[in-house]
Amino acid sequence: MCGIAGLIHRGKSSNVGSELQGMLQALKHRGEDSTGYALYGDTDGKNFIMRFKVGENVGEGSSSIMEDVSVYDERKKIVDETLAEMGAKVVKEERTLPYSLRYEIDYDTKDLLDFSQRIESIPGVEILSMGKSLEVIKDLGNAKMVCDRYSLDKVVGTHAIGHARMATESGVDIKSAHPFWGYPFSDVSVVHNGQLTNYWNNRRVLENKGMRFMSECDSELIAVYIAEKMRHGATLEEGMKESLTGLDGVFTYFVATKDSLGMAKDTMAAKPLVLYESDDLVAMGSEEIAIRSVLPQEIDTYDPFDGEVKVWQI
Amino acid sequence: MANLKTVSKKSKAQSMGMHTEVLTGRTQQKFFNPDEAENFYYFGTYDVDFNKRTELDVKDMTAPEANKEIDNLMSQGYGTIVIKNPQGKHSLGVGILNKLNLIFEGSLGYFGMGSCDGPIVRINGRVGWSCAENLMAGKVVIEKNAGSCFGAAIRGGDLICKGSVGARTGIDMKGGTIIIGGDAGAFTGFMMQRGRIIILGDVGINLGDSMYDGTIFVGGEIGSYGSDAVDSELTSSDQDWLKRKLKVAEIGENFDVSKMKKIVAGKKLWNYDNLEPTEKKGAI
Repeated sequence: MCGIAGLIHRGKSSNVGSELQGMLQALKHRGEDSTGYALYGDTDGKNFIMRFKVGENVGEGSSSIMEDVSVYDERKKIVDETLAEMGAKVVKEERTLPYSLRYEIDYDTKDLLDFSQRIESIPGVEILSMGKSLEVIKDLGNAKMVCDRYSLDKVVGTHAIGHARMATESGVDIKSAHPFWGYPFSDVSVVHNGQLTNYWNNRRVLENKGMRFMSECDSELIAVYIAEKMRHGATLEEGMKESLTGLDGVFTYFVATKDSLGMAKDTMAAKPLVLYESDDLVAMGSEEIAIRSVLPQEIDTYDPFDGEVKVWQI
Repeated sequence: MANLKTVSKKSKAQSMGMHTEVLTGRTQQKFFNPDEAENFYYFGTYDVDFNKRTELDVKDMTAPEANKEIDNLMSQGYGTIVIKNPQGKHSLGVGILNKLNLIFEGSLGYFGMGSCDGPIVRINGRVGWSCAENLMAGKVVIEKNAGSCFGAAIRGGDLICKGSVGARTGIDMKGGTIIIGGDAGAFTGFMMQRGRIIILGDVGINLGDSMYDGTIFVGGEIGSYGSDAVDSELTSSDQDWLKRKLKVAEIGENFDVSKMKKIVAGKKLWNYDNLEPTEKKGAI
């Protein structure tokens, strides 16, 4: 059991960091092994924002191997050198935690595949997100702990999705935490609640097509599956609709791009989702209490039906 | 007793005292004997006065605290309780075993009104998954939409949703009536064993999948039939019952019930003889 939540403001910005924190904290009983945020903040759109990690959180409850902090410094140094070699200029650098970094990069490219492959060829380095608006922040603990750790409550933007995780089939670590970046697409992220039963078959097929997997978490398949469809010209909505038959198992998932937010529910409707939709706001979550954290007044909500796909624009 | 070596299997079972009527569902009903009224005691029930009314704001309460307070109010004889600010909390109003007028001014989360026996409930909002699970008797009316597993395993009473409901409505139900004013999702009536479901709108795929018994009435389009769910003739007595039920439920009073579809179990999927495995062994 995991919890997912998402919201999109139409035609305006809001304090999405704080709002999503409230929604995910309301769902913490569904799992607090790790919590992740995909925030689409207000930026000038000039530079890429790269969130990446050079190690794991090895705190209490983690399934990761302890490493010396000096290893993180060494990996960071190699990342800096690689960026310089590629002609990517780091405009701003933040190191919130020893293993977690945020770079603003001046880099002119439309194809992030080569860029990502070179960065991730450095052992122990993983790009959590890459985009001109998207920032994926994920770590161990519940929503409030992660929000406080990364000061997310001040983030202003148009939309966001997040995930409260109860680890089941893969480890308690950041690499298995949601959201997943839709590698190698700028500003694409995914969160998922459920289980995918044809994970390995699909993974083998997609890896043969050149796609990359960073974890053994079945949910990562959704991000890669849709990214691969989009790579071949499908729209987000088309990719999501194809996933209803291409992915086997039970699932409700959200996908977000720079200017849109989508949801899909499997054909058996086995996983919960409650949805609120108005002209200026869409909010949804695994349980209504998530929506209530941003809309405490009486509202009309509903459960999307089986096999339903919806996409909203900002 | 007949000679068991010479009689047919069917007669053999009868000779052993086993009943052989066609099974349309085993009753679990226990009939009340007025002579034993004095000995009858239902734990956790109260004599309440419907004219004694109070309000309870649960905004800052947890679900157990709110339920405990409802129990406390019933113990003081309050027969009409209005709950303010439920705000989608889970498990509100569970385990009420006596008559009570209960009104929720807002929406409930999961498992609202679970395992109840007798209350009349009106929810002026939406309900989450598994509303009124295991309802034994009473009436629960939801003014807006409902989540999945609506009325799971109910054994009696009326459960009414004026909006639309999610998947698996009436799963495993063993009695009672579920009425939906809008649409219903996939697997409605999944493995239902008794009771009736009425859906005025459309219904999703796999309607009545693996149902043992019971009846489903659908006013709109059906996504697909589930395994062993088949059409049946809508009789005039069915129509009379539907009209009556919809009127009492304050929903679809003017709905043209003559065009509704009636779905029942085809009775090919399950073993519909009337013998338990041990009985069979003895008869063979």
